[in-house]
Amino acid sequence: MTPDLSEIWVYLAREPLSALTVTLLAWLAALRLQRLLHRHPLANPVLLAVAIIAGGLLATGVDYRSYFQGAQFVHFLLGPATVALAVPLHRQWSNMRAAILPALIAIVLGGAFAGMAGVGLAMALGGTPEVLASLAPRSVTTPVAMSIAERLGGLPSLTAVVVLSSGVVGAAVGPLVLNWVRVTDWRARGLAMGTASHGIGTARALSVNVTAGVFSGLAMGFNAVATAIWLPLLWKLFQ
Amino acid sequence: MTGAITALLFCQLLGEVLARMLHLPVPGPVIGMVLLFAFLLLRHRNGEPPPEQLERVSDALLGHLGLLFVPAGVGVVVLLHTLAENWLPLAVAVGAGTLLGIAFTGRLAQALLRRMS
Repeated sequence: MTPDLSEIWVYLAREPLSALTVTLLAWLAALRLQRLLHRHPLANPVLLAVAIIAGGLLATGVDYRSYFQGAQFVHFLLGPATVALAVPLHRQWSNMRAAILPALIAIVLGGAFAGMAGVGLAMALGGTPEVLASLAPRSVTTPVAMSIAERLGGLPSLTAVVVLSSGVVGAAVGPLVLNWVRVTDWRARGLAMGTASHGIGTARALSVNVTAGVFSGLAMGFNAVATAIWLPLLWKLFQ
Repeated sequence: MTGAITALLFCQLLGEVLARMLHLPVPGPVIGMVLLFAFLLLRHRNGEPPPEQLERVSDALLGHLGLLFVPAGVGVVVLLHTLAENWLPLAVAVGAGTLLGIAFTGRLAQALLRRMS
């Protein structure tokens, strides 16, 4: 490399501008790839974009911390986005009032079951405490799951990937499972998708049936709040 | 627009402060979400829509929600070792755990909805 080129490289690897640009470019590429794959449920743009950037970092030897210095400007928006979830929840409120009590009970118990099933299976297979703590908030929407995992002593990055994978699996295979166990009520189908696979499941439910989508959105929002309350308390008891 | 962004940030800030002051286990942004939801319910009863600006900013943020997870997700590059060592428990928890959770929640919700409403 000539001196000039290496100087440019040092600048690019250090400044937030390039990390930010790369993040957005990878996101656009992932969206295009998703369209090329005919929006197959397994072609999740978040996983695709993560794979593109992670591959790039490993190939160029840029370390994650210097990438994150730039990408943190995108990451920061997760907080306000979590607060913004109140708006669609409020929008759907009047449609759900009548079924609210059974729905909330199903969400809390279902969310607890999904979380404990994951932790239990991982524990039986020898997962380390760090891995278990990262897995526990698995079915909660990513920004909330990451902050819960941090409190439990897990690895927020691992949680992000685990949560997204759970969403993708649930969105892709969930409807089939619901057929097998003969859940025909659209409200119940939506609640199941939103409780176990948060936003990605909700997007899938919404594309199939509006009622299912609305209930899935409720499940995603309420499960996030409920899990954020019970999980850290329960975790402390078992420590 | 500025007002709506301020409202979101303010709710989050309030949530973070409350979480620390009261030693709540709930993350600050979640408390912020509950505060905003409660405010909207009190202020806009009877299914009135919230301020248009707030709807627009929220829809814009939530419409690109996936992008916001990417920087954290890329963090797996420092976890390749953990992933390689724990791939089996991780894969089973994600795969079987999620599908069991869906089956359980679906059956339970269907039974409860039939009985209670």
